[in-house]
Amino acid sequence: MSSVVLAQSDSWITFNVDAFLDQFWNNTFDGLAYGSIYALVALGYTLVYGVLKLINFAHSEVFIYGVYATWFTFYGLGFRPGNTPTLTVIELIGFLLLALLASMAISGGTAVVLERVAYRPLRKRGAPKLVFLITAIGASFVLQQLIFIWRGGNPELGIRLMRNQEVFTLFGGSVTNVTIITVVASILLMLGANYFVNKTKFGRGIRAVAQDPDTATLMGVNKERVIMLTFLIGGLLAGAAALFYMMKIPQGAWYQGGFLLGIKAFTAAVLGGIGNLRGALLGGLLLGVAENYGQSLFGGGWRDIVAFVLLVLVLMIRPTGILGESLGKARV
Amino acid sequence: MTTTSTKPAVASAGKHSLRERWNNLSRVQQWVVLIPLVVLIYFLPVLNPPILTTQPGYDFPIAMFEVARYALVAIGLNVVVGQAGLLDLGYVGFFAIGAYVMALFTSPDSSLSHLPFLVVLPIAMVVTMVFGVILGTPTLRLRGDYLAIVTLGFGEIVRLLADNVGPLRGNSGFKEVGHPPGTNADGSALFNNSNGTPWYWLCVTLIIAVLFLVGNLERSRVGRAWVAIRDDEDAAEIMGVPTFKFKIWAFISGAAIGGLSGALYAGQLGFVNNQKFDVVTSMLFLAAVILGGSGNKVGVLLGACVVAYVPLRFQAIAEYKYLIFGLALIILMIFRPQGLLGARQRLLAYGRQAYQRLLGRGEQISSDGALQTEPTPGSKS
Repeated sequence: MSSVVLAQSDSWITFNVDAFLDQFWNNTFDGLAYGSIYALVALGYTLVYGVLKLINFAHSEVFIYGVYATWFTFYGLGFRPGNTPTLTVIELIGFLLLALLASMAISGGTAVVLERVAYRPLRKRGAPKLVFLITAIGASFVLQQLIFIWRGGNPELGIRLMRNQEVFTLFGGSVTNVTIITVVASILLMLGANYFVNKTKFGRGIRAVAQDPDTATLMGVNKERVIMLTFLIGGLLAGAAALFYMMKIPQGAWYQGGFLLGIKAFTAAVLGGIGNLRGALLGGLLLGVAENYGQSLFGGGWRDIVAFVLLVLVLMIRPTGILGESLGKARV
Repeated sequence: MTTTSTKPAVASAGKHSLRERWNNLSRVQQWVVLIPLVVLIYFLPVLNPPILTTQPGYDFPIAMFEVARYALVAIGLNVVVGQAGLLDLGYVGFFAIGAYVMALFTSPDSSLSHLPFLVVLPIAMVVTMVFGVILGTPTLRLRGDYLAIVTLGFGEIVRLLADNVGPLRGNSGFKEVGHPPGTNADGSALFNNSNGTPWYWLCVTLIIAVLFLVGNLERSRVGRAWVAIRDDEDAAEIMGVPTFKFKIWAFISGAAIGGLSGALYAGQLGFVNNQKFDVVTSMLFLAAVILGGSGNKVGVLLGACVVAYVPLRFQAIAEYKYLIFGLALIILMIFRPQGLLGARQRLLAYGRQAYQRLLGRGEQISSDGALQTEPTPGSKS
């Protein structure tokens, strides 16, 4: 109603088709880098959802704890906000691996503690699903506020270990070193997770619990341990995503920074089919790219709107996502 | 007056017996208790009682308006979450739409034709209801978690549109939003931004009106359909309840109340911009409903009072309010998942009585199955 009246006074949306076409390949490559970060975080949502049928709202905080771990690792190694240091390749790889280990440890630890403190007591009482969701929201608040009380409301100043530089151009779009590292490392990690879930004994346990918790228990699967393992894997991957996120967006360490990324990662998981590991990858990459296209087409502020509208549209049209739910489905 | 004098004794006997006794009182007796209570509530900002007061930290009448505003929101959200069982994490979207409609039609910053406050109030509600239909029609096929996420997305879309759409003026916002008519003896406006008392009275009056309307809805066919949907949607559908229609109905009713309170908020503050409508606010609204006990009108009023009042009263802990809410939500969900006061549903309570008579023994309500005290063992979401 009001939109009709408003339309005559001012325009709501402007389309910038030229920018969209000019930047198409740049946006695609950049979007793939964002997308692989989303995909890594999305795996955490997908695994937990597959096993517990729970949207772990606090997973975004698990991620942001990893971001802080990365920041403090950089800080502890003597790097300070501001200038980018000149490092040899060996040093750079060493420091990045160190940060990766730290953030994976912190995120994985946070996820496991979260599971123990917030969700396990509820499971023991056989609480209905809504209660889990509310608890997840509460846990998300608590984890977020702990950072707020500790570090205050301002984002940490960004620390860069390496400059985001063009390595080569493809179709006229530049491919940067950060993009390459992020995409390659994410895909490797995801292949690893996929292998773990589909080929190992523990992975079989996860799939068994996802398919039918009670029967799995009867078959000798330790359900509690499987659930803990699921949270741990999700946390580890979120920690890895945190490092890439810090490389991509150095000023990203902020107490509320996890929320938006978390909700987008969830969108990615839903987009591909929640509970489906490959779906998370597909959804993440699609979302990252779509967001970048939206940004160049409509303008900077529309980036997030594109993501949310995509979420609503996908859930409306195909509630089980592009590839469908599958973690629990029988697959060899 | 006998009822009021026996009240403390009843309270010590436990909540359930208090509720039973209250239900057993005649309508007249209930009024004897309620009317003085309502009068007392009306006079709270004038009395400014010493322990309750939020001064000097925060102006007490305005604090009371804040509490009343949260209470109104909580009643609206309770229709959606508590009665119909539709988890809505984007309720702030409706609140924002109400506030923005009020701002767009009354603020001089807006290029729209300007209308008086009292005309815009129903318009705000209607526009919000339209948005309720727009959001509800496609999404209410979804269940539980998915619905929660879609509504969360909707709330964020509303906020982000306010950020990015030119005519909604983003951060600079709308100043001098309209207020209800009426002037003081000296000619100044009765409903100004600095005096919360008239706003509080207006809001409490609206709360009472809304409580009557919602109460009637709940006791009607619509309310029974809502409870049926909340308890088991599939069973309700099979038994011939047109679930989709009633879910939309709940969504729209809730949305209208959200829009109403958003419009009031915009009027009292006199200023609307994009900063007040984030997801955290939505979570606080939900926290009010869950804390008090979703499905219980008295409960959600209590919850809203706690959520809105405590940070204003104890300014020293205001910084920690979200932390405390988070902890409170976790602890409450573990030990008392149904909220401070559980859902109140007489129909099902009668059902339980009948069940007890039938079996000749009390229905077992064990402490570890605290959830099962909800009359819905095995409910879906």
